[in-house]
Amino acid sequence: MNTGHYWLVIGGVLFVLLNTAAGLIWLERRMLALWQDRYGPNRAGPFGLLVVLADTIKLFFKEDWIPPFADKVVFVFAPAVVVASVLMSFTVIPFAPNVVVADFNVGLLFFLAMSSMGVYSIVLGGWASNNKYALLGAMRGASQMISYEVFMGLSLMGVVVLSGSFNLREIVEAQRGGWYILPQCIGFLIFFIAGIAETHRLPFDIPEAESELVAGFHAEYSGMKFGMFFIGEYMGITLISAMVVTLYFGGWLGPAFLPPVIWFVLKTFVFIMLFILLRASMPRPRYDQLMEYGWKILFPLSLVNLMVTAAIKLISNE
Amino acid sequence: MEGSITAELGSRFGEGVLKEETPRDGMPTVWAPAERIVTILQYLKSDISMPYRMLYDLTAIDERAYKRAQNGHAPFDFTVVYHLFSFERNAFLRLKAGLRGEYPSMPSITHIWPCANWYEREVYDMFGIRFEGHPFLRRILMPTTWEGHPLRKEHPARATEMGPFKLFDEKVDREQSALQFRPEEWGLKRHSDDADFMFLNIGPQHPGTHGVLRIILQLDGEDIVDAVPDIGFHHRGAEKMGERQSWHTYIPYTDRIDYLGGVMNNLAYLLSVEKLAGIEVPLRAQVIRVMLCELFRIASHLVWYGTFAQDVGQLSPVFYMFTDRERVFEIIEAICGGRMHPNWFRIGGVAQDLPNGWDKLVRDFISYFPRKLREYDKMVMQNALFKARTLGIGIYTLEEAIDWGVTGPGLRACGLEWDMRKMRPYSGYENFAFEVPTAANGDCYDRAMVRVAEMRQSLRIIEQCLEYMPAGDFKSHHPLATPPVKQHTMHDIETLIHHFLNVSWGPVIPAGEAMSCIEATKGWNGYYLVSDGNTSPYRVRVRTPSFPHMQMVPYISRSYTVADLLSILGAMDFVLADIDR
Repeated sequence: MNTGHYWLVIGGVLFVLLNTAAGLIWLERRMLALWQDRYGPNRAGPFGLLVVLADTIKLFFKEDWIPPFADKVVFVFAPAVVVASVLMSFTVIPFAPNVVVADFNVGLLFFLAMSSMGVYSIVLGGWASNNKYALLGAMRGASQMISYEVFMGLSLMGVVVLSGSFNLREIVEAQRGGWYILPQCIGFLIFFIAGIAETHRLPFDIPEAESELVAGFHAEYSGMKFGMFFIGEYMGITLISAMVVTLYFGGWLGPAFLPPVIWFVLKTFVFIMLFILLRASMPRPRYDQLMEYGWKILFPLSLVNLMVTAAIKLISNE
Repeated sequence: MEGSITAELGSRFGEGVLKEETPRDGMPTVWAPAERIVTILQYLKSDISMPYRMLYDLTAIDERAYKRAQNGHAPFDFTVVYHLFSFERNAFLRLKAGLRGEYPSMPSITHIWPCANWYEREVYDMFGIRFEGHPFLRRILMPTTWEGHPLRKEHPARATEMGPFKLFDEKVDREQSALQFRPEEWGLKRHSDDADFMFLNIGPQHPGTHGVLRIILQLDGEDIVDAVPDIGFHHRGAEKMGERQSWHTYIPYTDRIDYLGGVMNNLAYLLSVEKLAGIEVPLRAQVIRVMLCELFRIASHLVWYGTFAQDVGQLSPVFYMFTDRERVFEIIEAICGGRMHPNWFRIGGVAQDLPNGWDKLVRDFISYFPRKLREYDKMVMQNALFKARTLGIGIYTLEEAIDWGVTGPGLRACGLEWDMRKMRPYSGYENFAFEVPTAANGDCYDRAMVRVAEMRQSLRIIEQCLEYMPAGDFKSHHPLATPPVKQHTMHDIETLIHHFLNVSWGPVIPAGEAMSCIEATKGWNGYYLVSDGNTSPYRVRVRTPSFPHMQMVPYISRSYTVADLLSILGAMDFVLADIDR
């Protein structure tokens, strides 16, 4: 890759990502409204699209307020972590055969490492706010994300066993013969559920839990610092959707009448919609029920999935 | 049956100790000496055959301005009134204890009924009557810094009767320091042997409390060690206002007590007034009232249904249910002109006759709504996560429910098939065929199930109203019916005079007292009215179901988690105005 192409990819990825995250604000509100028999934002611009602009302007021009009782350095640092870690994860995702920022051999591990970083922003943000609701949210968030990370990693190992690589581009290439959703459907389900927990979206929005904890870990945040959490959440959705597509739905692969990158975007979009639909339809389990579900059902299941996959691979190789 | 209780009491405590009185509502009423009230109540609750197991209401009357002899004696300075209810007898009993002195005191009965706790605090707050032996006698509805006791007759009823308001620095300091949170003042411990507790204020502004309610939680991690509801933020002095409104102009205030119940509140109030005035309500008016009440029951339950789902994290149902509630409001609006607070019932009937075409609106709704209810069953009641959040949460037994004064769906969820519409019918409910849904376990899910089933029964009642709506008058021709039927005024001088007087001064309701008890949306709602033969009530007591329900929250939420508390609150279906009045 020459340097020009390299910078173009970085710039393109950043541009598309930030705009997608912003656009998702509008999309989610419109889709929720559609499913809930109401209009949603429909005034600013065509189909209310400019509400994104209005929201952004509002967030930027709000007073940059730090509560006097907060731990100032950490309070400012925390929202940056979530955005940074999610953006870093995108570096390893192959959007098309030669559109990838960093073609790591351990891309999958890098993704796992970066998504683990995300928990810091919740814990630090909740802790630095010095607010009881935020603290409760942070505690819930920490235990939820740390537990779900364990089998998120385990569920991916089935894919690694099948493709024989941690490199995401090679994983996609290995799916030319057939997408991994078929052999790895259990792994996919576990990964997707863990992904919802990682992005703490409804039904697993327990760290925020609006009706219980008001806004949970980001209760004290406002202005652009809140905006970072906000954007971070939407980019997290995009990231998990993109990962699902890469690992289980053949990434950019698709019939030739559309360019690979379009295939990738379309597939990702489907999963983003699934995230929004989940939010419109599910109640929220209790925190201990979530933990129980994770450790008693998903964890053993992901182990079994890995073992069975490995066994089949072993037998078919002989 | 109802007459025999005074004889039973007489034979137990000796003739002459208890004096019988015959009030206008015919409820057995006994005056008892204040110093023996504890033994008498203890006997009535546990020792008598077919006991009075529920303390329905406890309140007081400031008698110092009452200008008539009562029961053959000069009035006491204060009267404390106990309303008991016996399920076995299906009968109320009113017990009165007279007190003399500026700030009298009497023994507390909190050890007999746990729910007496808040009622006695309220009497202390409102009248300054002290209860000896009460574990936590402090103000409940008014701020702790309030001077005076609002329901005493010398306390001003409106700001113009008071001096100009001044806020001095020391007053600011006093108010500020009263807002400081000191756990000890609320009877909470800061730490146990091995843990420091965290105190978390749920509210007064919180998305889960649906109104200005503050619950102080004593937490060990996320487990609730203790909870203390702090109420009174929504207190508007509805009882005090009654004392300077005419009997007629008080009706709009009742709309706003249980603000989701609409005209159901009018009915509770008017049943009492009509008992005092001796008005027979014409059949058509009764059926119209029943129909409107049941429409409001559906509207209120829909709000509860949606917000309960939202409390456990389901975002969408509330939108569907509010849309359906809007359909109910379309009917109500067409009939009454108003929506949430139509203020549409009148003394002796309703404000107007039904408009042309009302039957089509109602018929459309009856054919539309059952399908939606089935859809909501699938969406909410059969949802696995919803069940996980509500099954086995916030359980109380039937025994506990009666002890704490729980009524309505919360009582029926414990397995007691008791609906006031069935057991003590009013306003012609005896003419309708409907069932009383019950459940067995008394947890949050069962309370929800009972309410959902109730909506179907309400729909049945409305359907019968539609099919069998009788012809006739929509308002009584009794001279105290207010305002009198207008078209008669231009033909005979009697009606014209009544119209003039009842509209300008308001009707003069004969002296006496009466209490009603209806099966409102959230439980038993009753108005206990005392008249001294004037154009406005001498005392208005509003007994609301949410008040005792809220009192029970600490008892049923201990050792659950914060998330469960929201399920418990959601399943309870309370309205803050119904608690604070």
